Amino acid sequence: MTLQLGNATSLTCRECGKTMPLGPLYACEDCFGPLEVGYDLPRLTRADIQAGPLNIWRYAPLLPVPADIASRATTEPGFTKLVRADRLARELGMRRLWIKDDTGNPTHSFKDRVVAVALAAAQEMGFKVLACPSTGNLANAVAAAAARAGIRSVVMVPANLERQKILTTAVYGGTFVTVDGTYDDVNRLASELAGERDDWAFVNVNVRPYYAEGSKTLGFEIAEQLGWRIPEQIVVPIASGAQLVKIDKGFAEFAGLGLVEQSKWRVFGAQATGCSPVSQAFANGWDVVKPVRPDTIAKSLAIGNPADGPYVLDVVRRTGGSIADVSDEEVVDAIQLLARTQGIFAETAGGVTVGVLRKLLASGQLDPDAETVIINSGDGLKTLDAVAAAVGVPQAIPATLEAFQASFGER
Amino acid sequence: MVNLRVPTILRSYTGGAAEVRCEPGTLREVIKSLDAAYPGIGGRLLDDGGKLRRFVNVYVNEEDVRFADGLDTNVPEGAQVSIIPAVAGGA
Repeated sequence: MTLQLGNATSLTCRECGKTMPLGPLYACEDCFGPLEVGYDLPRLTRADIQAGPLNIWRYAPLLPVPADIASRATTEPGFTKLVRADRLARELGMRRLWIKDDTGNPTHSFKDRVVAVALAAAQEMGFKVLACPSTGNLANAVAAAAARAGIRSVVMVPANLERQKILTTAVYGGTFVTVDGTYDDVNRLASELAGERDDWAFVNVNVRPYYAEGSKTLGFEIAEQLGWRIPEQIVVPIASGAQLVKIDKGFAEFAGLGLVEQSKWRVFGAQATGCSPVSQAFANGWDVVKPVRPDTIAKSLAIGNPADGPYVLDVVRRTGGSIADVSDEEVVDAIQLLARTQGIFAETAGGVTVGVLRKLLASGQLDPDAETVIINSGDGLKTLDAVAAAVGVPQAIPATLEAFQASFGER
Repeated sequence: MVNLRVPTILRSYTGGAAEVRCEPGTLREVIKSLDAAYPGIGGRLLDDGGKLRRFVNVYVNEEDVRFADGLDTNVPEGAQVSIIPAVAGGA
C-alpha cells in the first residue's frame, strides 16, 4: 500500500544517506541515524499559499500530510502573531525585533503544530492510539488533538511537572501516566513501549520524522509574515533541538522554491544553564552532545540527552550563529522583562530565549542592527510557579478612598 | 546471566526475540558475545572504529552508559541491558 502523504516520497537517513519508503520508521536500520522526510516538491507560488486557510495547512504541500488535511478534524494550529517588539528592542538597544508568539496556538504552545502533522501521518499509517512522552506542552497538544480527532491518547510525563501542565493535560480525559523520574527516563520508557505496541503512534518517537516536519511551519510563517523575507537573525530555544533545525530547513525550502529571495540568516540557540548540553558542546567545539542530568526551572527545555543536538551544532555553525545559556534567575528576570515591555507572558522557555537574546547582545555575538526574530514557544500561565516568588502580590486594602490614598496616593 | 532487551529494528538478527541472554562482563564483551550468537548485530551497535554509534543509547540497570564508563561499563551478573535508538524525544 502506498501512503498518501501529499508530496512526501521517502525517508532518508541523515547519517548514512540510506533511503527507504515512507512508513512508521524513525531510526535507520543500518546505523540508528534519524530519518528525514523527502519530497517531490511542487511548483508553489505565494498566491497558492495565500489562498489556503489561516493555519499551518496553508503549507500542506510542503508537509507529509494527506492533500485533504484542511478538511479533517484537527486543532488547526499555526498562523500565530508575529509581534513587532519595539519597546523590548529599545530596552535592549536593538534596531528591529520581532516575537513569533506561539502562545496563540490551541493549547498555547508550538507543540500543536508538530502534533497536528504527526496525527495526520499516524492516521494515514493506520495507528489507533496517539501517544507521547512529554515535559508538558506536548502532553497538552497530544491529548487535545486526539480528543478533537476522536481517538485514544496515552500521555506520559515526569510526575514532578508543573501542576498547571498536569491539569491542562488531564482535563482532556485520555490515558494519563505520571512517572517517577526525569523526562529522559520517561522518554526511555516510551521508546521501549513503542517497540511493544504496534498500533500506538508515539508522536516524538516512532513517527518523529513526520512530527518534526511540523516545526518548519514556524519558519514558513515568519518569512510570510515579514512580507516574504527571511530575517537576518533568529533566536530559538533548544530542548531536543528539532525546532531550531526545522526552522532553518523551512527558511531553506522557501528560498529553494523561490518564495523568498536568497539571503543569509544566522541561527542562535538558547538553553537554560541547568540543562545546557548543546551550549556546552558548542562552547567546547564538539560535534556530539554529552548527556547531562537536568536541573532547571525551564522544564519544557529539560532534555538532558537531546536527539537533534548534533544537527543544532551543524546549523548554528553553518549559519554563523551561536548558542548560549542563562541561569534560572536570569530566566525569571527575562520573563518579567518581556511581560513589562511587550505585554506578553511567556513560560520559562520564553524567559530562556529572551535571556539569551540579552546575553548574546551583551557579548557582541548578536548584531543589534540586524533584523531579529525570537520564538516564544509557550504560555506563562503554564509555569506560574516560576514567577510566583518574584512577582509582588500587594496587600489588600479596604475599599475606601482614604486607604487607597494612604497606600497608592503618591503613585 | 545478563538479560538484554533488543529494539525492534535489531530483532531481525535475533529471530524476532525481544529479549536475549548473555554472559556478564564489560559492555564491550557483552556486545562481542552478542555478535557471536547473532552475527552482524555488533556492527549495528559499533562503528568501524569499534566505538558506540552516536545514535545508539545503551542502559545498564537504568544507567545510561555514557554517564558510566561507556563500552568499559561493567555489566554484572543479573543485570538488565537495554539498547534504544537515540532518535527519540522532543519535549
